[in-house]
Amino acid sequence: MTTSSSRVPTRVFIIDDEQPARTRMKEILGDLAPEFATTVVGEATNGQEALIMLATTPADVALVDVQMPEMNGLEFARHAIQLERPPAIIFTTAHDQYAVAAFEVNALDYLLKPVRASRLQAAMQKAVASGPAQREALEKASTAPRHYLSVSERGRITLVPIMDIIYLRAELKYVTVRTKEREFLVEESLTQLEQEFGGVFVRIHRSCLVARRLIKGFERATDPDGESAGWAVLLHGVEERLPVSRRQWSSVKSLVTT
Amino acid sequence: MVNQDGEPIDSLPDFRNVGVIARILVIVNIAMLFAVALSVDSDAELVPSALAKATIVEPILIACLVGLYLGYTRLAPLRYEFAVVLVTIFVVLVTSFIYGAVSVFDASASRFGLARALLMAAIGALLLLEYFRMRNRALSPALVEARLQALQARIRPHFLFNSINAVLSLIRSDPRRAEAVIEDMADLFRTLMADSRQLVTLEDEIKLVRGYLDIEQLRLGDRLNVQWRIDGAPKHAMVPPLFLQPLVENAVYHGVEPGTGPGTIEIDIVRRDDRLVMRLANPYHPQHQHRQGNRIALANIKERLALHFDAEATLTSGAIGDRYEIHVDLPYRRSRKESQES
Repeated sequence: MTTSSSRVPTRVFIIDDEQPARTRMKEILGDLAPEFATTVVGEATNGQEALIMLATTPADVALVDVQMPEMNGLEFARHAIQLERPPAIIFTTAHDQYAVAAFEVNALDYLLKPVRASRLQAAMQKAVASGPAQREALEKASTAPRHYLSVSERGRITLVPIMDIIYLRAELKYVTVRTKEREFLVEESLTQLEQEFGGVFVRIHRSCLVARRLIKGFERATDPDGESAGWAVLLHGVEERLPVSRRQWSSVKSLVTT
Repeated sequence: MVNQDGEPIDSLPDFRNVGVIARILVIVNIAMLFAVALSVDSDAELVPSALAKATIVEPILIACLVGLYLGYTRLAPLRYEFAVVLVTIFVVLVTSFIYGAVSVFDASASRFGLARALLMAAIGALLLLEYFRMRNRALSPALVEARLQALQARIRPHFLFNSINAVLSLIRSDPRRAEAVIEDMADLFRTLMADSRQLVTLEDEIKLVRGYLDIEQLRLGDRLNVQWRIDGAPKHAMVPPLFLQPLVENAVYHGVEPGTGPGTIEIDIVRRDDRLVMRLANPYHPQHQHRQGNRIALANIKERLALHFDAEATLTSGAIGDRYEIHVDLPYRRSRKESQES
């Protein structure tokens, strides 16, 4: 493995919001070149940018800073595994004891800044050998809710901001994500979404979560026979009325004060 | 206060401090009421008797407090034992003078003899000074503790390691700038490890903050934008060391780092009569408030302000729209240097 990697340079992508940190990483990679050939195929200051670039410029390894504004390193990694050719990920952090503990528990690769050349080489060799991180490990290591859901469409990653989502509805093995403009299908579990974003969404039905702040009101729903069929919720941004199950009604009705 | 061997160094209480003045007023008046209550035979005599005593005790008390307030800056640098003697003599002189003056107008007020009055004044002064000395000694460990806490709260590992990493990135490309950054770091850590109980000039504190911001600028580049409005700030005002720098570091950590775009920190410092007023504002990111550090740092600074200024300093903070603001209001103390200049 070592011989092959020394002939074909390992493609590296660097993601860090601090310019000096990226510069330093490139210097160390340069120092390692005689023993471990690499080529930096791109660098980005944030996760969103990196996802766009990686869709067209695949890399073998992504060196990802954990503490970045808005989309942190872990959230980036969770979106990145949906890429067609996802990179292996090595997290870097100056000091984040919670993240480090989570990486240890879930066997994710990480490096402490300042990074030593020998450590970086060992981590990259290991990462290239073991491939992209497991989705489950990344989910378990996450300490904060994501800011986006990601949808893989024709090799590109579309990020849907959580705050744009009006409702989430489970159907078979997918979840439909409804925003004002359109619908997306994501491979997630509604129960896990409810746990992660409990403050933003509320369950109105066994198969449906709606954005709390977009609830306009409720009305008596009628089924096709004209008979009363319980309550339905009215939401800002969509015309649809979504049925509220009898079971959820008691906890949902208190959300509207008017 | 504590010297290097850990031995407490005694000092006079700060007679210009509202807390000290209030304590003296309360203690003397309670003592007087006790004395009156013990000496009268019936409840009916209590109020007239107390009023009669007050006509002589209060003028003495007020005159002593005014005199000590004015004379404090001269008394404070003296050796403690010598200062105690001077204060006692001063109190005795004030007592004899006012005793004489009041006797002229109202003979009934001075039913106790002059000798007894002077003795009581001297003993009262000594007891009060002893009380303040004991209180000061009791607070000294708290000051040491606060200093340790300040130290721990101050060296944020996040800042330390990121800064070292940033300096490493400069060594090959821009060695001179790397040197300057390491010098700034040295200044910062020297202050962190210094005795935090001596007040420093506002000028020194501002210089420290500028050095700190230079380090952060290196990491954050255009994202960090600082607006200083300190033209009206008295540079020789005395402030607790590290009263501003941790607040600015908080502003960077909570206000600028979590944002993707440029974030502006505003620092305004002005003098209003005998107050030094500081306002610090930074962008507010509510979703990042789970970072616990903020409250710990604020509590620590509040505690140190209270130790230095008792009830005379206030620190308030809160979100106003999309900005997070901190207001600090301190008594304005001039350094000796400026007193000589003006």
